[in-house]
Amino acid sequence: MCEILQKLADCIEFGKINKAAPYPPQMKGLDGADEITKQALDEGVNAQQILTGGLMVGMEKVGIKFRENKVFVPQVLMSAKAMSTAMIHLKPYFLSGEVKQKGTFIIGTVEGDLHDIGKNLVSMMVEGNGWKVIDLGTDVKAEQFVAAIKEHENAIVGLSALLTTTMVNMEKITKAIKEAVPEAKVAVGGAPVTDDFRKRIGADAYSADPQGLVEYLNANV
Amino acid sequence: MGKITDQIKAGKIFVSDGAWGTFLQQKGLKLGECPEEWNITHPEEVFDIAKSYIDAGADMIETNSFGGTIFKVEKYGLADKVFELNKAAAEISRNAAGDKFVIGSVGPTGKILMMGDVTEEELYDAFKEQVLGLEAGGVDAIMIETMTALDEARLAIRAAKENTKCEVFCTMTFDKTVQGEFRTMMGVSPTEMVETLVEAGADMIGANCGNGIADMIGIVREIRRANTEIPVLVHANAGMPHYHNGQTVFPETPDEMAVLVPKIIAAGANVIGGCCGTTPGHICRVREIVDRS
Repeated sequence: MCEILQKLADCIEFGKINKAAPYPPQMKGLDGADEITKQALDEGVNAQQILTGGLMVGMEKVGIKFRENKVFVPQVLMSAKAMSTAMIHLKPYFLSGEVKQKGTFIIGTVEGDLHDIGKNLVSMMVEGNGWKVIDLGTDVKAEQFVAAIKEHENAIVGLSALLTTTMVNMEKITKAIKEAVPEAKVAVGGAPVTDDFRKRIGADAYSADPQGLVEYLNANV
Repeated sequence: MGKITDQIKAGKIFVSDGAWGTFLQQKGLKLGECPEEWNITHPEEVFDIAKSYIDAGADMIETNSFGGTIFKVEKYGLADKVFELNKAAAEISRNAAGDKFVIGSVGPTGKILMMGDVTEEELYDAFKEQVLGLEAGGVDAIMIETMTALDEARLAIRAAKENTKCEVFCTMTFDKTVQGEFRTMMGVSPTEMVETLVEAGADMIGANCGNGIADMIGIVREIRRANTEIPVLVHANAGMPHYHNGQTVFPETPDEMAVLVPKIIAAGANVIGGCCGTTPGHICRVREIVDRS
């Protein structure tokens, strides 16, 4: 069992989607996340173990390598693709409640900002670390965040912005969220955002990279 | 007027312009408004920006068309206006430029090819539509900028080379990694950029945006190690923005930028200008230093 989970973790870490996928070159012709997840289920490995002992292990490695600038956006995207391919097989177990997610994370790019690459990257990495992710998309207004957090109790909220001009909207949105749901936790991120900015606007967490956010979320389970 | 790159090969150092996006916001562009739509709705404001850089001494100015592909303007319901918006952008800068050059700005689409967001053909067609509008409005060169992925940059260069008579320039945006190397968001180093963009047919390459002009010196050096011939253009940010009293402030002053200009010329840059946060004041100082050197 350990061996198959290790193989699956490798597929996620190196972004091997399925047998036919040409990427990465050193794994050409080998089974990918798709085939190995199916095999593991067929062999009777339980879905929770596949998630925590295989997929999440690989995803964490990618997150750490990304933070250390040892890999870049393309590698993370391939890992996320491998992850989501594997997740398709696990979906029924999520629905039946056999696999438990750690909690719910609501994410959106703030009002006025239409950029989604960073937000999508964070969303995929958080999901790949065992969280349920509600993605509100781009140009998300304070009311939409508030409505989502009321619908998903105890969810943690993440605000994304790429532009120096749109990150100022994080302040307004954070205030609106805290006013409506005082105990709500708000994390902020994006190219121009800093921890100093996070403090000024009264948000709870900032990370320069997705892995830092994952660690924050995991500490709040 | 001849070609920009011919004059560079004859030894001329050019001064380019400064920021457009942050300047438009000062002039009242609201969040959620399409900057390129201002070419139609507020042409006199856009002209003011263009003219202020000419007055500051720039040899070339850009156009208000950074987000001018269909993939950006469609988000504002302007999908059928691509040609018109870009043509207007070029005409405004052309009118302001007099006998100076106009370089038509083309930014990234925000789509990632390797994720299957779009096909190569769709990207190529989007860039083609934009550069045709810019050429029709009278630009001398196409300035493809802020690129992070080699495949998208290559397609934009090809679309401009194959469909216009303009010179084609391309710059990418680099950050410094924790190991101290320069890489784009997609992991491309300046060295890797040189090979691909030159092969794709770019007449000039370089770097824009980023963390300020100091890092640009290292980037230009790396480009020059890989290729001693290709003309190099730099459009540098006025540092990394800080948040101050509800406003974002770019820290580098005109003097701080100017002081580094001799170093960036010595490193091998042929065209020096600004990106986010730089103003006509910055360009004016760069002009003085270039004239002195």
